[in-house]
Amino acid sequence: MFDILQILLSESFWSASLRIATPLIFGVLGALLCEKSGVLNLGIEGIFVAGAMVGWMAVWLGAGLWGAVLAAALAGALFGLLHGILTVPLGLSQHVSGLAITLFASSLSYFSYRTALPTVSSPPRIGPFQPLDIPILSDLPFIGPVLFQQTALTFLALFCVFLVWYVLNKTALGVAIKAVGDNPNSVDAQGLSVYGLRIGAVMAGSALMALGGAFLTMSAFDAFFFGMVNGRGWICIALVIFASWRPGKALLGAILFGAFDALQVRLQTEVGAFVPSQVFLAAPYILSIFALVIAARRAEYPRALLTPWFKGQR
Amino acid sequence: MIRIEARGSQSLAWKIGLPIISAILALILAAIPLTLAGAPILDSYAQMFSGVFGSKFAFSEMLTRATPLIFTGLAAALAFRGKLWNIGAEGQLYLGAMAAAAIGTGVFDVSGMILIPTIILFGCAAGAFGMIVPATLKIRFGADEVVTTLLLNFIIIIFLQYMLEGPLKDPMGLGWPQSSPILDQGMLPKVMDRMRIHYGLIIALLCAAFAQFMLVRSVWGFKLRAVGENMNAARHAGIPVNRSLLMVAALSGALAGLAGVSEVAGLKGYLTADLSPGFGYTGIVVAMLAGLSPAGVVIAALFIASVFVGADSMSRAMGVSSYLADLVVATALLCVLLGGFLSRYKIITGVSQSGGK
Repeated sequence: MFDILQILLSESFWSASLRIATPLIFGVLGALLCEKSGVLNLGIEGIFVAGAMVGWMAVWLGAGLWGAVLAAALAGALFGLLHGILTVPLGLSQHVSGLAITLFASSLSYFSYRTALPTVSSPPRIGPFQPLDIPILSDLPFIGPVLFQQTALTFLALFCVFLVWYVLNKTALGVAIKAVGDNPNSVDAQGLSVYGLRIGAVMAGSALMALGGAFLTMSAFDAFFFGMVNGRGWICIALVIFASWRPGKALLGAILFGAFDALQVRLQTEVGAFVPSQVFLAAPYILSIFALVIAARRAEYPRALLTPWFKGQR
Repeated sequence: MIRIEARGSQSLAWKIGLPIISAILALILAAIPLTLAGAPILDSYAQMFSGVFGSKFAFSEMLTRATPLIFTGLAAALAFRGKLWNIGAEGQLYLGAMAAAAIGTGVFDVSGMILIPTIILFGCAAGAFGMIVPATLKIRFGADEVVTTLLLNFIIIIFLQYMLEGPLKDPMGLGWPQSSPILDQGMLPKVMDRMRIHYGLIIALLCAAFAQFMLVRSVWGFKLRAVGENMNAARHAGIPVNRSLLMVAALSGALAGLAGVSEVAGLKGYLTADLSPGFGYTGIVVAMLAGLSPAGVVIAALFIASVFVGADSMSRAMGVSSYLADLVVATALLCVLLGGFLSRYKIITGVSQSGGK
């Protein structure tokens, strides 16, 4: 029989967990930033697709890997700008606008991909990010393979956790972003721009979401597939609530999620003969709903989340 | 200085004119991706038009395509009226489809008079169940139904794959993951000879009429609208908010389930995992274009179906990706959102008259 302990102690398991968690870390941070400013961004699923497509296509057209990462982030920020304009100064339904962004971003990505490559049977491959090989650190027992043989994008994700935490908790900008998501009137009374802060936060958050997508085509895989995002964006929306809008807990949530996903793949090879494979396929989504159900009541929602604010109307 | 000011009440002309303008604008904007794809603009539009109105068959294909969209559009419109964000119509559609396949493929070999209503009943129940679960999670645990319904879509589609490889698999299907065919007497009759258009359309139209009546004329509809407009006020007014939410959840899910029933037992005759090309999600666009009015849903569904059928025929002729249709549909949603803002507010530029500020 199998030994869960043995799996949990293996290097490859934790290395895979962190790899699976990486796009979720980007996505959760992005959603967190948007929601902290008071704007729910259901465009996340489509922005993931756009980030994945733009990053991949930039490399395919000859850009460098980091140039492509930048292009993906910019594409994300542009969709964020659109969502920001619709929901912040215009105050339209954040739910409907977000879903519209998801439909728009994903259909635009698929259309562009098909228009650029009308007749390929198998998706063209690019040279993706390679695992970093850092002298000494990568050779450390256990920690070496788990932490220091990831690709550069995983490090970028971990750095972003710190960055978002730092900005939100240690800077005046962060105080303003949190205030605009809790009590926009107080921010306006101080002479700061509610619109500017919210749109800025949504653009930055959307750029992070697009990086999550870019990781899929530029690190996890080396090509763009239809349906490759597969609900990861929605899972991030659930994880933000689970993390109660804290960057540190968001990281923990994403890694726990990655660990669970890595575990189920390994269990599948052990008990696959007795349990239908679909049970394992459905597990991440069931887990997300479960996380949402246990966390929803305790979660400290940004108080002005979903509430539009208009200048001069109190 | 730019200010935003609320208009008084929305005039009927705005309500009807706005979605029409949005829809036309989205079609005009399609010229941009068409140009980028290198297709001749006017020919493409002509091809799109004749793909829908060029022949009796083309038109009947459009009506066939509109049928599931009326159901899913109604599902979204009713739920959104009660501020219940059911984004799970795609999953509920498949639950209805699975129920139809489970009941209709030979478990009960009875006459059509009994079999068809049974299929419809079970399809409705399965779809309703699919929405009652997230509604209950919302009421009991405060779990946001947007996220749960979206995630349930994935879970249900995985469950569908399991069913098609296992219990519902057609033993004669040569290994393809599809269900056995629905018994002949279990199929909804065709409306016209040699056309694919079936009685699902008639049922959809009846549902729209019924929903319109319920929403506008019944006490239940009044309560639902009250809950949707202000949940706390409704609660204070003594309206049983939770029961109202569960009721609309059941109705919304049942309508989405009917979309699945109608596709399986009206059109295809068996169930596969690619039954729906996103009818559940497109239903949201239909509902928004319709201004959440059930009668409007019918017209919006006809428009969106025309876009899909027309763009399909155009993309075959011109070699343009058929994702153009999805792009037009998404653009139409953005346009109607923006237009909805313009109908409710005036943007005033220049110096404000009230001085101050």
